[in-house]
Amino acid sequence: MVCDNCKEGKAVIQLTEVEGTGVRQLHLCEKCAAERGVETTVSAAKPQINEFLHTLHQQLPAAQGDAARCTFCSSTMKDFRATGRLGCPNCYDSFETSLRDLLRRVHGNSRHVGRRYKAPSASDQPHVSIAAELRDRLQRAIETEQFEVAADIRDKLRGIE
Amino acid sequence: MTLDLSLLPDGGTGWLDASGEHSDIVISTRVRLARNLEGYAFSGRARDGERLRILTQAREALADMPMLSDGVILRVDELPAEDRLLLHERHLASKELAGLNDVPVRSGAALYLSGRFGVMINEEDHLRLQALHSGFAVADAFARVEELDNALGARLPYAFHQEFGYLTACPTNAGTGLRASVLIHLPGLVLTKEIGKVLAGLQSVGLTYRGLYGEGSEVVGNFFQISNQTTLGRSEGELLDYLVRVVHHIIEREEESRRVLLRDAGYIIEDKLWRAFGTLRYARSLSFDEAMNYLSGVRLAVGLKLIGGLSVYTLNKLLIFSQSAHLGRSEGRALTEIEANVARARYVRETLAAETV
Repeated sequence: MVCDNCKEGKAVIQLTEVEGTGVRQLHLCEKCAAERGVETTVSAAKPQINEFLHTLHQQLPAAQGDAARCTFCSSTMKDFRATGRLGCPNCYDSFETSLRDLLRRVHGNSRHVGRRYKAPSASDQPHVSIAAELRDRLQRAIETEQFEVAADIRDKLRGIE
Repeated sequence: MTLDLSLLPDGGTGWLDASGEHSDIVISTRVRLARNLEGYAFSGRARDGERLRILTQAREALADMPMLSDGVILRVDELPAEDRLLLHERHLASKELAGLNDVPVRSGAALYLSGRFGVMINEEDHLRLQALHSGFAVADAFARVEELDNALGARLPYAFHQEFGYLTACPTNAGTGLRASVLIHLPGLVLTKEIGKVLAGLQSVGLTYRGLYGEGSEVVGNFFQISNQTTLGRSEGELLDYLVRVVHHIIEREEESRRVLLRDAGYIIEDKLWRAFGTLRYARSLSFDEAMNYLSGVRLAVGLKLIGGLSVYTLNKLLIFSQSAHLGRSEGRALTEIEANVARARYVRETLAAETV
């Protein structure tokens, strides 16, 4: 069936219009239906995702101060632009400058003001992952300037990843 | 392994019971918190082994919590496709967790369910804590999920950043990781063509809308999911207050539209809604979209008190149990589309016959 309004598009929506005491049946294509404010069959999330991806692509390629690769998961900003997903929590540190800018654009702000969180100490956890354990050790090694030890741990970490 | 639904606390349908405020207009309220564990790549990038370790850690932490003694863990990755679809139709598992998107189900994908909470494990984020409540009950749903979050966060090391807050795979969820959404039925605003303005208004105030099944789903039967879009830069309380205020306003506008419809075109509306009821009561084949649109009409008729004897609970149940995987489950086999249409019409017909005039 052809659209009653533009006589071109394929009618996909049947609209019952109430005017005074009369009723009118209209068969409309998606475009004409949208112009009349009929939103019942539009896909809602697409524009939002497009907008988000558009924002992503507007970003400058690798902002100054950002790492080329995430030190934990080896993702790059290019991976992020392709999927819209970061590789790991550490990416927020590796690409801090770009992400701060992106978060500001998406949320209007980059500073979290909600609930604060303090991670439980290792002894409270029912099970600690090998990688998390290694990261703690790595951190400690760096803090204590044991750079050779740190390099070893980093190699082990990469092995797991 | 086939899913035994009798194992689920209240069958996972407690949220349909039509308790809670404004339950004729607001079907349900969902609050979810996205959380990730320190020391692992996010689910999409993690290796199979990492996701299994995450599952083990989550399982141990959940088992350790006395308040969750009634819960069960389902290995979604080990369920056949029709059961995964069933969990999705019941609004318990997202499309991504159930492997119904382009990407097949991930190894380690699991779902924890208790009467009060749910946790999706190895979804886009390691953990998605959620509470689903009947009617308009934002504060109650958040209180539940916050309780769960406090208990889990004390046992598992969440990834948290001093500046950016809770870290998530997609930066659109970072900060609070909070998404509160309200599944709302707005036929009055659609019929009076006010809906376009209302929806356009939402996006200008940091809220967004989706269809019946969340992200990427189509709007059918005048059911909209309204939720916060912003998750960072405002506290959880501010985000929730804001959503509650806007939804209250939308409910008022919907009620006003219904009054206008009855006043200006009463008999036309009454005729239209009874026709919808007649179709559902007697049709021998109904597609899903068709059923949703007529159910929308009948729901409006019940709200306007034009049709008596039908409870909102029955209407809620019809929404869920007339979906393909649910029909297949009650018929005991997978149905073709034509068979599902026939089974749907029979189910709707019998349910209405049992409850109405």
